[in-house]
Amino acid sequence: MFTPISLLSLIVFLPALSALVLGLFVPGNRHDLLRWITLGATAGVLLLCLIGFGTHPTSFDVGAASMQNVFNVSWIPSFDIHYFMGVDGISLPLVVLTALISFLAMGASWSIKKHVKAYCILFLLLETGMLGVFLSLDFFLFYVFWEVMLLPMYFLIGVWGGSRKEYAAIKFFLYTLVGSVLMLIAILLLYFNSDVTILSDQQLAEAHVLDGAGGPTTAEELEDAIEAGTRSKHTFNLLALAAIGQHENGFDRKDEAGKYVEGSGANLQWWAFLLLFIGFIIKVPSVPLHTWLPDAHVEAPTPISMILAGVLLKMGGYGIIRICYPICPHGGYDLAYFVCLVGVVSMVYGAFAAMAQKDFKRLVAYSSVSHMGYVVLGLGVWSARGATMYTSDYWNMGVQGAMFQMIAHGISSAGMFFMVGVIYDRVHHRNLDQFGGLFGKMPVYTGLSIGIFFAGLGLPGLCGFVGEILVVLSVFKYDVTLAVIAASVVILTAGYILWAIQRVFLGAEYKGPHEESITPSTPRENAIAGVLFATAILLGVLPYHTVLRVMDRTVENQVDGLAKWTQDIKEVPDSETTDPEPNAASELTQVVVQDLSWRIGARPDPGLHETDDPMQP
Amino acid sequence: MNLHELVSELIIDTKGAVTGGAFTWPSADSSLGVFLPEICLCVTIVLMLLVRVFAWGRKCDAFYFVLVGTGLAFFLSAPWVHLGSTGLPSSDPASVERMEIFTGMLVYDRFTVFIRSVLVGFAFLFAIFTKLSGIPDREDGPDVYTLVLGATLGMCLMASANHLLMVFLAVEMASVPSYVLAGLLKGRRLGSEAALKYSIYGAGAAGVMLYGISLLAGMLNTAHLPTLSARLAEAIPNMESGELTVLALAGLMIMVGLAFKLSAVPFHFWCPDVFEGATAEVNAFLSVASKAAAIALLVRVAIGIGATPAEHFHPGVRSEKMSAVARAVPDELQGEGLFAVALVHEEGNTQNPNGSTGDDPVAKDHAAAQRTAADDRLDPAREFIGKLVAFLAVLTCTFGNLAAYAQTNLKRLLAYSTIAHAGYMMMPVSALMVMAGHDAPAAERAVSAIALYIVVYLFMNLGAFSIVAFLRNAMHSEEIADYAGLIRRCPLTVIFFSLILFSLIGLPPLSGFIGKFAIFATLVDGFQRSAANGAPQAYLLALLVVGGLNTVLSLFYYLRVVKVMTIDPEPAHRTAFVYSEISLQGAFVFLLTVPTALFILNWDVLNRWAIEAARYLLT
Repeated sequence: MFTPISLLSLIVFLPALSALVLGLFVPGNRHDLLRWITLGATAGVLLLCLIGFGTHPTSFDVGAASMQNVFNVSWIPSFDIHYFMGVDGISLPLVVLTALISFLAMGASWSIKKHVKAYCILFLLLETGMLGVFLSLDFFLFYVFWEVMLLPMYFLIGVWGGSRKEYAAIKFFLYTLVGSVLMLIAILLLYFNSDVTILSDQQLAEAHVLDGAGGPTTAEELEDAIEAGTRSKHTFNLLALAAIGQHENGFDRKDEAGKYVEGSGANLQWWAFLLLFIGFIIKVPSVPLHTWLPDAHVEAPTPISMILAGVLLKMGGYGIIRICYPICPHGGYDLAYFVCLVGVVSMVYGAFAAMAQKDFKRLVAYSSVSHMGYVVLGLGVWSARGATMYTSDYWNMGVQGAMFQMIAHGISSAGMFFMVGVIYDRVHHRNLDQFGGLFGKMPVYTGLSIGIFFAGLGLPGLCGFVGEILVVLSVFKYDVTLAVIAASVVILTAGYILWAIQRVFLGAEYKGPHEESITPSTPRENAIAGVLFATAILLGVLPYHTVLRVMDRTVENQVDGLAKWTQDIKEVPDSETTDPEPNAASELTQVVVQDLSWRIGARPDPGLHETDDPMQP
Repeated sequence: MNLHELVSELIIDTKGAVTGGAFTWPSADSSLGVFLPEICLCVTIVLMLLVRVFAWGRKCDAFYFVLVGTGLAFFLSAPWVHLGSTGLPSSDPASVERMEIFTGMLVYDRFTVFIRSVLVGFAFLFAIFTKLSGIPDREDGPDVYTLVLGATLGMCLMASANHLLMVFLAVEMASVPSYVLAGLLKGRRLGSEAALKYSIYGAGAAGVMLYGISLLAGMLNTAHLPTLSARLAEAIPNMESGELTVLALAGLMIMVGLAFKLSAVPFHFWCPDVFEGATAEVNAFLSVASKAAAIALLVRVAIGIGATPAEHFHPGVRSEKMSAVARAVPDELQGEGLFAVALVHEEGNTQNPNGSTGDDPVAKDHAAAQRTAADDRLDPAREFIGKLVAFLAVLTCTFGNLAAYAQTNLKRLLAYSTIAHAGYMMMPVSALMVMAGHDAPAAERAVSAIALYIVVYLFMNLGAFSIVAFLRNAMHSEEIADYAGLIRRCPLTVIFFSLILFSLIGLPPLSGFIGKFAIFATLVDGFQRSAANGAPQAYLLALLVVGGLNTVLSLFYYLRVVKVMTIDPEPAHRTAFVYSEISLQGAFVFLLTVPTALFILNWDVLNRWAIEAARYLLT
């Protein structure tokens, strides 16, 4: 039905094309028509994802670890830039999440009454940018899409936002731009140090370097082409860069005699990792680069908050897992503790900050900072080292947990922001101390809200639990202190969320202004919240079958590759690897993990630890 | 050499060898033959002035003369022929390699073709722009267009100068009409002030530059750039510190003149005042054409002093040899015949410092080796130029962006923006100097980054200033505050203007990013290659970081304009105005914005032209 190029291009550019149609042909005063067309376009993307990745020949094979539906078309030959996209287990869940959240956020956009046409156009352009980031495999293309999101987001916050919208919008723009400038520097450093000729035939084929009609088909022909000047030995190909990064001479530069300079590549990787990591954690966001987020969230209109929390933050995590670690393993290895520390600090700081908020939306925003800390922590765990040898299991668990946490947070935080938006539309304030008693006035809304907030809290059976438990368990093997702190954040989370629920929904009476306008939620609102809540339950009950199964092979492959790299390149002397007397905590972890006999791919994940699991394949 | 020989050589130099073609028509590899676009501009000027003598001529609109003249000049410079194809054999007179024309005063190569095409093409667009904006009116038309074309002519010479005297003359030829243009609106205080400031600064800078030129020429006994670099290579190793100081001083002084033309900090003071006082039309001319020519001249001078030139053809040699080859040698021996061309050319090359007679390939290799050795000796000169330009670039970029913050007048803001952009454009020159001695093709890529930047910059700035001019005609204001809430009056124009401003920041997918990307890329490339050669030039990385940070700095003030236009409410006191977007003006703005927005889709063509433009600068 589709070819890879038509499917992926259509997914990415359908929103942009719809925006063009809206801009040229639909008059600005037909508000409902504009909204329906936009909703139709977002629904179209969602359907394309479901149908395209579900049917032959573009169907997604969960058993394959490699990139699928890849196409590679030469775009700017003079810089060797390609129009190169593909999807694998890491990007697919995020693409579907983006399509889903965009669809729901557009559904929530009926409350936007001002400049509807401009809103719809910018919304669609934003969606194109987000989808493009997750699907591009060329670093240049990735960067272009990464920046494409900026402009629509600036205007969406700046025009349709709350009272301090301009401040929030420029703060968002500024932080992100600093991050992307750092990223651009890293991209260029990596590009000019890359050398595709060190890759084997197989690696070249896996990275699709040799795709394209009429081009070289083997490594030798490629070398000839480079000699002849028709191809560059440098590359923006993310897969090839990853292969080079994990090569023993990856990014090493040659001296005048043509010999590799020892350690130069590792040094470069270290710096590139740092630059890229800073760029990405601005987006995640992690403490101390998170300060744009509360402002942007509080000022943005509800649907845009949903997109921000649901999708935009995930780009940071995606960048770390797709780019930082595979391409710069030296940096990742050396900075592993730093990365974990950033994650844990974000979790703790975000939780405490959330507890202190008086503004409902700000509370949810800080809860995002805290929850995204799990993602950074899970990705950072370089705990490949077992007792005597390298095993990638715990590490694998951490990365899977981080990935799951991204999806789960995308659902739960979008839901939380939507719920805050619903009540804000009615009473026009968000002061936590001036709510109360909503249970009686809006029973359905309250029910759904409490469910979604519990999902954010991490209640077992809902989506938030699975990612958190996987991440925390994986950290025990790496560093017990961090693990204990991370685990105890759960208490803080429960604290601020339960307290918020108590202040907003429970109690005898409503204490704030505009009491008369509190009406039960509309079917449209119930539908959106219902979908989010249902998804949260589904992910919580069937984490393996819905999400983990899809990413399983890819993550395992990437982690195994990095573990092997660690073993081969960074081999640590024996004296360090053997720990004669493992302390009590790590023993405990081993017992726990063994008890779960947790092995990705062999069994469903430990989120489902009932022994008589009916869903077990 | 007797007089007869001298004259006949001069004739060959001017109009080519006698063989082939009519006697009166210059051949394709003669000075006049490759100078036709400039001659076309001269003829246009003369015609424009002459027709006014007649009564019927006074009724003619000078605009059409300019349109036809620049159009014809663009056609004659034919970048699509010279840059689009590489298939021509190097002995073909039509292929463009390095050729010194007018007895070495100018140089004709692909870079000349490129910059000349940009300048003439810009003059063409500029004429349409002035017609649409209504300044100058029909009365002033011939005067203004004469000045514009005269300045363009001077800029073309800047781009092809090969002799320090020519550098000075060309700079003056481009500057003097610009002084007058700055005071275009007669009787306006601000305009007159701008013109006066501009000319005084210009005169001072030119004087300093001339002093520098005389120092340099006096020390090395030549002002011909290739000879100069060859002598410098010989002299540098034996120079005493006193002489080196004088040399550095001369370099600094020449840089003053160039920096003035580039409006580089600290020689930028004229720029904001002139931009505020002059009309937006003149601003567009100064910010695009003048800057393109100035950066091209900087490249010429930097290469001229910092690198020994590649072998080059003299006018007439190629066509003569071709016809000789065609007469004497059967087809299968063509290759050998071509080789003979190169040998004979080397014999004729009196500038060649090593004086090899080039009898056999061994001697040729020897000559090449000597050239490399001479090139190595120029390392200190290159390092000096590279660091000087890098220092100025950092200052210019940072200062331009910081000073733009406080501006309330849009033209003044754009003036600081052009200053900042001059900083970006200077950066690759440092990379060029780092790579010139060791890796000529990579050094040429550095120049191609500049060429690419110039093209995207042309569309951005012409677009920005034309919008300012058209809105000025409607609103009679250029204050940023008066642009508030404009999106509700003329949404399309505001959208286009916003796109252009975002492009000036350098955000993808707009074209400004392409230029910045190419520049940043060449900086990293220069650093990598210098590191591979064992002498990492970390200042290129510093330039890269400064460039990146400046992108962030520039965000604020461009975004402020966008914010005022789109988010702010309309001011209550603004007088009503009429501005129709569905008009020729609107179409013009649209046509300028389209390339800015869509270059990203296929900028490979552009980049390949830019690479071709820089080819044969060093190799």
